[in-house]
Amino acid sequence: MVRNSSLPISMRQVTKKYGQVFALDHVDLDIRSGEFLTLLGPSGSGKTTLLTVLAGFTRPDHGSLKFGDAEMIARPPHKRGVGMVFQNYALFPHMNVADNVGFALRLRGVGRSESAVRVEKALDMVRLGGYGARGIDQLSGGQRQRVALARAMVFEPRIMLMDEPLSALDKQLREHMQIELRQLHDKLGMTTVYVTHDQREALTMSDRIAVVQGGRIMQLDTPRAIYERPAHRFVAEFIGESTFVPVRVAQGQVRLGERTLRAAEHPGADGARLLMLRPERLQLLAAGQPQPEGLNLFGGRLLTQVYQGDSALLQVALEDGTVVWLRQAIHGTGHAAPEPGAAVVLGLSPQDTLLLPAEGAAA
Amino acid sequence: MSFFDWLRRPVTQTQVTRRARLWLYAVAALVMLFLVIPTLIVIPMSFSASQYLEFPPRQWSTRWYESYFASAAWMQATATSLKAAALTTLVATPLGTMAAYGLHASRWRFAGPMQMLLLTPMVVPVILIGIGVFYAYVKLKMVNTLLGLALAHSMLAVPVVMMVVASALKSFDLNQELVARSLGASRARAFLLVTLPQIRFSVVTGGVLAFLTSFDEVIVALFVSGGDHSTLTRNMFNALRDQVDPTIGAISTLIIAVTSLLLIFTQFIGKRDAH
Amino acid sequence: MTALAAERPEPLNARALRRAARHERLGLLALVAPALVLIAVTMLAPVLWLFYLSLLSDGGQWSLEHYQRMWEQPSYWRTFATTFQVSLMTTGICMLIGYPLAYCLSELPKRAANLCMIAVMLPLWTSLLVRTYAWLVLLQRKGLINGWGISLGWWDEPLALVHNLTGTLIGTVHVMLPFLILPLYSCMRAIDRDYLKAAANLGASPARAFWLVFLPLSLPGLVSGAVIVFVLCLGFYITPAVLGGGKVIMVSSRIANDIEVFFNWGAASALGVVLLVLTVAMMVAAQRLMGARGLLGGQETR
Repeated sequence: MVRNSSLPISMRQVTKKYGQVFALDHVDLDIRSGEFLTLLGPSGSGKTTLLTVLAGFTRPDHGSLKFGDAEMIARPPHKRGVGMVFQNYALFPHMNVADNVGFALRLRGVGRSESAVRVEKALDMVRLGGYGARGIDQLSGGQRQRVALARAMVFEPRIMLMDEPLSALDKQLREHMQIELRQLHDKLGMTTVYVTHDQREALTMSDRIAVVQGGRIMQLDTPRAIYERPAHRFVAEFIGESTFVPVRVAQGQVRLGERTLRAAEHPGADGARLLMLRPERLQLLAAGQPQPEGLNLFGGRLLTQVYQGDSALLQVALEDGTVVWLRQAIHGTGHAAPEPGAAVVLGLSPQDTLLLPAEGAAA
Repeated sequence: MSFFDWLRRPVTQTQVTRRARLWLYAVAALVMLFLVIPTLIVIPMSFSASQYLEFPPRQWSTRWYESYFASAAWMQATATSLKAAALTTLVATPLGTMAAYGLHASRWRFAGPMQMLLLTPMVVPVILIGIGVFYAYVKLKMVNTLLGLALAHSMLAVPVVMMVVASALKSFDLNQELVARSLGASRARAFLLVTLPQIRFSVVTGGVLAFLTSFDEVIVALFVSGGDHSTLTRNMFNALRDQVDPTIGAISTLIIAVTSLLLIFTQFIGKRDAH
Repeated sequence: MTALAAERPEPLNARALRRAARHERLGLLALVAPALVLIAVTMLAPVLWLFYLSLLSDGGQWSLEHYQRMWEQPSYWRTFATTFQVSLMTTGICMLIGYPLAYCLSELPKRAANLCMIAVMLPLWTSLLVRTYAWLVLLQRKGLINGWGISLGWWDEPLALVHNLTGTLIGTVHVMLPFLILPLYSCMRAIDRDYLKAAANLGASPARAFWLVFLPLSLPGLVSGAVIVFVLCLGFYITPAVLGGGKVIMVSSRIANDIEVFFNWGAASALGVVLLVLTVAMMVAAQRLMGARGLLGGQETR
């Protein structure tokens, strides 16, 4: 790989307030050189503000921002050397594809012949070789997205910022582009900061995910860790689907009502907690049969069933009234599900018995 | 389909037929004619050979046009008006464009009130502006100067330019400037290379309207231009108050022709701006 | 993970950031400065000077005599009455005849409507003098209308259609009509015709649907246009001066007269101040009535 093709980013105490509302609340963030980091969160969470601070379009109230060793916080956008892809692409309609892609080179005084070569190389990399002479209005949505990408890449920036670049594409194209973007990143090696609200996209593409809410980073971790070990109810709710059941921890034991549940890890200090139940981690066991060893068992009644092609979603009411969802993969056409109203037993392995802080508790 | 069938077709969401609405169409057509015809009447009248008003003219002639072009006074007044209008365009177009862009891009809290402030020349009664400027110019010894006139007209034209350009900027995706800046363009270069080429037709329209604002302006010119630098409109106004000279008909026709051409031109290019 | 840090006395880079923000804002506002200076110097300053003049007596002392004279002399009241009369009647007539036209235009398909709007706009931008001259030609004793009327036998004596209130009204309505039609048209255009469909579905006859649904929705545009017309009429000079022939004296004519003939700056500026105050009061009242919508072409489209 090309050396020096990327830079690490470090943010310290970056804060932006609009009136009384924190768009960014004393954010500390370290992004490794060459990493693909996704900022994931709902609208208004501050993820886009974070990105625009990196680009230089939003000036925070205070804080430090470094690319490598250089302090960037007060530097104007055109001196930062980051490539950016916008949600609506913002291609220049009065220029054709080649002029769009070559714009950054023109600004840097690159000669016409060299510029043409580099433009063509960039277009090849997004698989639009030969499209230079086309007008913007002749391109499809996916093609425009790729031109926007080529335009941002052509001057070989060491940091790339992307603001929900795939949200305007339809599902199939989006999933295809997710893989392509990731491959491009791997090939070129620049540090990439990617903003999305789509959890699946984040899980697919990222080295690490930062879940953002209320101007703060709730959790920064690998996709797997975020999914399997969320640190907050908010993160757990945002990624994957779960039901939450209040439990208590007393003397190292997890207690649900009168029962004690088996957990693989020590639950920590005493107090109120939430038990996170992921639909795909609950197992549907046959009632009245001898049960496998070591599982936490819950009795209940099946309420409804939703057929979803590759799996079925079952709604079960537990004995104490809590309603949980369970996802059961459908392996063959011979799948037989219990009737609504039937008594069922749900099993949860101790490894999947995960506790989160109760509502309102600090991290 | 016969005409009467066409009349009986429903034409609104509430199933009203055209026939039931004929009275409405008649009224609308009459009002439309009322708007358009009077101005047009002037045109054939200007070719009448007679000094008295008659329609249609019994004899056709271009004598009034000849009298206009032959008259040194009218020609000088026309030259003054054209020069003042040209100066106004040169001053008001950049000033108005910059103001519209500056307010739009700054996203300032007070951009709204500031814009209203810059639009006040359109709100204040022109007679007031006329006598105010006259008074100031008397003190500054700028009465009857071309420069003074052009400055006053520029003040009247800037709001017009500003409104046209502001409306073009509103429908322009300013994200493109952000992109250009992220690619390495300073604010000024981003404006010149990306924004301006895309709003240039609106800027030109603003310029044309600035020209017309100055060329057609009467009241301020009445007070502030005079003698050698009397404008065409001032002379016309004075002539109207005295005797109705058919030469005015010829001048009017020429003005109608020029104005219409300019306006149709702006309509054409206005469409090409919206990509 | 972030933690809520206590605010330190001088947070990281705060001063540098503030400075950069100030620079950027000043740079952009500097673009506005030339226009602002031009308007401040050529309009605001002279108008303020007029305010000042209106408070000086003829001898140069502080005095309210000009305003007092306005209050006491009946001729001033007549002038204001005439001005209001012309303005109200013009606004009323424009609303009456402009509404049907705007409605028909708003029903036309886009291209035809655009063409017709050009026809409406052309008089707007054609020189005021040309239009006034055209009406003189039509309305004079020896003008076209009288010529036709007499030759067709409709009347014997030439009608006095000009140099009076009638002529003034005709000319003023003609000039002001586009100012009413433009905002009204754009408001009507934005009304979703589905509302009328819904009304019909709920049992309204076409007439009731119009009265109960369309008309109320078109009111903002109508009021907007009416206010613009009224305010413009208050200060209107040229057409009433020519077509009124000195018999319809509006405030603006009086002001011009005071200057041109009497050189009475005090009286003229006092009149001007009152006119300006009336104009602003009207616009503020209208703004309040219509909420936060701008009057100068600020129609909200959906």
